[in-house]
Amino acid sequence: MHPVTTVHYLVLSAALLLIGTVGVLTRRNIVIILMSIELILNAVNINLVAFSHALGPDHVQGQVFAIFVITDAVAEAAVGLGILIALFRNKETVLADEIDLLKW
Amino acid sequence: MNFLDQIWLIPLFPLLGAALMLLFGKKLDPQPQSDVAAAPGVEPIDEHGHDHDQGHGHSHDHGHSHDHDHGHSHAHDHDHGHDHGHGHHHHSPWKFLVSLICPGMVLLSFIFSAGAVWQLSQLPVRVHQVIQFTWLAGLPFHMANGQLATFTADWGFLLDPLSSVMILVVTGIGFLIHVYSIGYMAHDNGYYRFFGYLNLFVFFMLMLVLANNYILLFVGWEGVGLCSYLLIGFYFHKKSAGDAGKKAFIVNRVGDAGFVLGMLLMLSLLGTVRFTDVNAVLRSGHYAPEVAGFGVLSAISLLMFFGATGKSAQVPLYVWLPDAMEGPTPVSALIHAATMVTAGVYMVARSAALFQLTPHTSSVVAAVGAFTAILAASIALVQNDIKRVLAYSTVSQLGYMFLALGVGAYWVAIFHLFTHAFFKALLFLGSGSVIHAMSGEQDMRYMGALKNKIPVTHWTMFVGSVAIAGIPGLAGFFSKDEILWQAYSSPQGSQLLWFIGLATAAMTAFYMWRLMNLTFYGKSRVSKEVESHIHESPVSMTGPLTVLALGSVLAGWLGVPKLWTFFGENWRSFESWLAPAFSSAAAEAAKEGAHDASTEWILMGLSVAIAIIGITVARYFYHHKPEIPHELEGKLKPLHGLLYNKWYVDEIYDFLFVNGLCKGGGLLLGSFDRNVVDGGVNGAGWVTRFTARVSMWWDTWIIDGAVRFGSFFVKMLSYPVCILQTGRVQAYAFFILVGAMAFLGYYVAR
Repeated sequence: MHPVTTVHYLVLSAALLLIGTVGVLTRRNIVIILMSIELILNAVNINLVAFSHALGPDHVQGQVFAIFVITDAVAEAAVGLGILIALFRNKETVLADEIDLLKW
Repeated sequence: MNFLDQIWLIPLFPLLGAALMLLFGKKLDPQPQSDVAAAPGVEPIDEHGHDHDQGHGHSHDHGHSHDHDHGHSHAHDHDHGHDHGHGHHHHSPWKFLVSLICPGMVLLSFIFSAGAVWQLSQLPVRVHQVIQFTWLAGLPFHMANGQLATFTADWGFLLDPLSSVMILVVTGIGFLIHVYSIGYMAHDNGYYRFFGYLNLFVFFMLMLVLANNYILLFVGWEGVGLCSYLLIGFYFHKKSAGDAGKKAFIVNRVGDAGFVLGMLLMLSLLGTVRFTDVNAVLRSGHYAPEVAGFGVLSAISLLMFFGATGKSAQVPLYVWLPDAMEGPTPVSALIHAATMVTAGVYMVARSAALFQLTPHTSSVVAAVGAFTAILAASIALVQNDIKRVLAYSTVSQLGYMFLALGVGAYWVAIFHLFTHAFFKALLFLGSGSVIHAMSGEQDMRYMGALKNKIPVTHWTMFVGSVAIAGIPGLAGFFSKDEILWQAYSSPQGSQLLWFIGLATAAMTAFYMWRLMNLTFYGKSRVSKEVESHIHESPVSMTGPLTVLALGSVLAGWLGVPKLWTFFGENWRSFESWLAPAFSSAAAEAAKEGAHDASTEWILMGLSVAIAIIGITVARYFYHHKPEIPHELEGKLKPLHGLLYNKWYVDEIYDFLFVNGLCKGGGLLLGSFDRNVVDGGVNGAGWVTRFTARVSMWWDTWIIDGAVRFGSFFVKMLSYPVCILQTGRVQAYAFFILVGAMAFLGYYVAR
């Protein structure tokens, strides 16, 4: 059995980033877009933790940073869902392409 | 105390009195409101006129059909008698204060004047000038000869023999009339107002006679005109009084226009209006007498004389003075007999240097004076209103003064002014006392036999009438005889002028004794109610009458004829006192030649004889045979009508000026207005609208066009960019990704 190396983590992370990015750009439902953003953030987290692990037990900055990102993701999800609810109340839709107020 | 340097105080005292009265008088002398409403005519004369207003439709002439039985308000008459029992001051102590302040101020002025004149007489050269400050300072202008001069006038006072006579007359007679007014106006509502105006008048009159230049003189001149207007219209609720005030004001303005033009012409020619400078230039010999033709100096003097005809009631502008009798009687005495109307005489005498150089104007002055004298005297012959007779008499006597001025006898004119002030003030105040006694009756046809009922008034008026008639020994004789002599003997005089003067003297004697007979002698024609109220006036009124009567006797003795060699030079001090004011090279040249004394004696005898004849005829007509005047009136109806209606001068003026000029001019001005002025305005409006239109087009298409094109251009530029902004979040995210990929690709490929 092969040991799990840093490269494996990076591949996983790249896969998650790709999935998240495609999700953000292609899905119409804002809830799914928010979920895709979580995927992107988690891809970053995996990167951070993997590099932290690779640098040895003396270097935990990556892991600490990952905790910050998680916190940040929570806050972002809360705000994002709040906006979504307010939006739904006014527009009665959760589809991103139907909301085009940010236009000239 | 040096009164001479304090002469500026003399006018200020009455001004202070006037200011006190007009600012605080209403508080001092509260007007009983109910009184005003209940009895509009509290003053006796006024009541009379007022009743006429309502009863008959008042004409401007008092001598109309007179419904005697209800000519008076009886209720008031009772009040009237009642008040007399209590003495003359109203119940308010403040009213007493008013009667203390105002005459007191004039008395102070008189004391200062007397002091100043006394000190002046001690000076070697009897001219004293006090210049307070430069009042009008300095617009430069080019004189007629091209020289540069400045338009300046001082606030300065000049005391010389001429003005000293005037200030003594104004303050002395003025004081007596103020005292008289305390009694006469006691029942009147406008007590404080009356005294305020009277004091204001004295102020302006003193400014007039004390001014050291023509422009300041003109200030006083206009000021006395204003006070005259205010006092003629004192009973302003009477239409006739208001009209008379306006008439006086407007007629005077006509004359003033002449005066102003004369003044400006003088300024343009001489570059100064200060009396001393003007006289110095005119007497320097630089200007020759304009004997040959009518030059600029003649124009100046004629214009100034025109101003004098307005103020001094001469033909053609005399018409306001008889109407001015609508004012209270003390006003008639002070302003319209003794002082203000002599302002024109004073002004001409003040300009003696000018008139001495302009014989043509002087002969106009003499002719106008003589004509006025006889015209007014002829009207006075048949008037029935006691004050109106005296008013025409005043016009006539002023004519005498101008006759004297015109023949170059300036000191005689001032002498007559001086004596006339005494006896005419006396006669007016006496007539006021009669009217007072008669509860406001002014029509002599309803008087008669008042001699014993009002003895003091009778005796004082008797003295006044003798004086004006020209009986030797009293004031009028001396001055009038001197005028007649000068009219005869002076180089500018003529026998015609003398004869007109003599005829006027006969008429004067006649109408004065007609007045005396109708008023004091003969049978009583007084109605019953009035008769029961007849009473002698209080001391405040009879006192001044007595003093003036004394003056009417004594004033003439300052100018005894040269012929009476028995009297020394001291008896002729008036002439020598005034001599410095009028002497000049031109006057010396025109000095009268030696006339033989017998001519003078004959002329004097003639004038005395004609006065006595006038008196006798009047006495015969109106005392012994009262039916004669009626028969004569019947026989000479057209002549009587002509005289009675005052030669229809008022009607002619009405036709020519009021209706003809003013209304015709109104029509002319109307069409001018419509065509020229309105046309101009409309044209200007059209031009403005047209330019507005052009400007609007320019704005819309050029200015706005440029701005709009700018915005349109920017908009066009922005269009392609706008297409990118879809509003869809995912599109933006896609652009971000593409951008990031591009950067990444760039870095990788490099």
